Amino acid sequence: MSAHAKITAFDPVAARAGFAILGREVYGRPLVYLDNAASAQKPRQVLDAMRDFAQDEYANVHRGVHYLSAASTERYESAREAVRRFLNARAADEIVFTKGGTEAINLVAASFLAPKLQPGDEIVLSVMEHHSNIVPWHFLRERQGAVLKWVDVGDDGSLDVEAVEAAIGPKTKLVAIAHMSNVLGTVAPLKEIVKRAHEKGVPVLADGCQGAVHEIVDVQDLDIDFYAITGHKLYGPTGIGALYGKRAHLKAMRPYNGGGEMIREVTREVVTYADPPARFEAGTPPIIEAVGLEAALAYLSALDREAVATHERDLYAYARESVRRFNWLKLIGDAPGKGAILSFEAEGMHAHDLATILDREGVAVRAGHHCAQVLMDRFGVISTTRASFALYNTRSEVDALVAALAKAQKILG
Amino acid sequence: MDDSLRELYQEVILDHSRHPHHYGALEGASHVGEGYNPLCGDRVKIYLTVDSGGRITNITFEGKGCAISQASASLMTDALIGRTAAEAERLMGGFLHLVKGEEAGGLADEDRERLEAMAGVSAFPMRVKCATLAWHTMKSALEGGDAAKSE
Repeated sequence: MSAHAKITAFDPVAARAGFAILGREVYGRPLVYLDNAASAQKPRQVLDAMRDFAQDEYANVHRGVHYLSAASTERYESAREAVRRFLNARAADEIVFTKGGTEAINLVAASFLAPKLQPGDEIVLSVMEHHSNIVPWHFLRERQGAVLKWVDVGDDGSLDVEAVEAAIGPKTKLVAIAHMSNVLGTVAPLKEIVKRAHEKGVPVLADGCQGAVHEIVDVQDLDIDFYAITGHKLYGPTGIGALYGKRAHLKAMRPYNGGGEMIREVTREVVTYADPPARFEAGTPPIIEAVGLEAALAYLSALDREAVATHERDLYAYARESVRRFNWLKLIGDAPGKGAILSFEAEGMHAHDLATILDREGVAVRAGHHCAQVLMDRFGVISTTRASFALYNTRSEVDALVAALAKAQKILG
Repeated sequence: MDDSLRELYQEVILDHSRHPHHYGALEGASHVGEGYNPLCGDRVKIYLTVDSGGRITNITFEGKGCAISQASASLMTDALIGRTAAEAERLMGGFLHLVKGEEAGGLADEDRERLEAMAGVSAFPMRVKCATLAWHTMKSALEGGDAAKSE
């Protein structure tokens, strides 16, 4: 049997064994971790890879000629290749390592869009964006007079490709859209959006921080210009993410941070810059984290990801069905084909009160605006409660959520 | 139920949050303060009138928020109406200690008794800000006069 043999079908209970933290208790109750859209737990393979690497092979990359530096560089570049494979990019030099998804988007704003932006130029984005895909564009509005064009979602949270297309005008310089909403779970029709945008000569950036976790991403098939991911939601470590950018775009982009590693030559008078991706990776990169990210991607890729997706959708469907008995609970986001995120408003109960009670039952959910205040505004709410599912969640955890909700309602309702 | 949870969501807190005292805008207020909790997006607006002798003659509040923040604001209006600014200052300091589980100096026995219901918050560090929002807003309204902001 090959080491890379896929596990067909998917057993979440077996998968849980690889996540020690899922076996712990909080307040004397089994932990039910349903805050995965905020950050996922990390399997043993990731933790082992990072520790082993730091223990046996670590040194700075791209610098020394010594043994460990060469070994470290090889591991770092191997991680880049793993990201390339994961996103099916054409070449590894189209993958820039960043601190996370936020930095990836900021990099595009500062180095791709800012230099070509005239006052009045437009950026199209949807109301379901995370603040990380809003604030960098607000910077360009504040500093360069860019105009933000907002695409609304339907009442069920669905994002219509026609609405995106309608927002694109002659002054549009970029479409920036979440592949999957961190609140609604809505999956954007990305391929169609890219096609329509490209017909008008407009590049597209996708915030893939949620999407890459739950969807199988092929940046060549999408023909997308930029795709941002973050490691920690992908069962990998914090402190690392990546930007995919088409080579022609990256080559034309000006540097972002200045420092070591990103130069060709520095003199007293001038500086010349390295080619991408090094041009955008100033300073010592997150090397141990890159090794962890590669392990996380290897972990995911060894699973039957279709089966994982089916399992997660089943959890959502089961949760959705289970909460129907609560006539005080209103779902926010119920678009067809959406990912496994259950966001809701509870009549007469504030999300933070609800989450506090759930917490004492061992159920970890997120309450608040989820860094998506534009979306909260769209639905006329201040905050929502969100249960977001990962591959290791089970139906019995949905039952625990539902029991905790019933209890909360008894206390607060 | 978890004891600390029972203490947090005791009847008096839930009563105040469902039927807050002194809720609404106050016509002719001499001081107004707005508070915002960026963590949850909750907002509160405090109106008060201070007479020429420096006594707080009325306080009202508006806003949406969790049970803790609403109850705390409601209890605060009860506790501070009729006080001088200096008395209010001392009481606010005592309250902040109370919800952080610290020795609540500056609270007279009757005030402590009145506000004791909020002490349960101290077992929930993530929720202390909910309890203090209205109080910080009140403080900045008193100090800053019209339309003070507080975070």
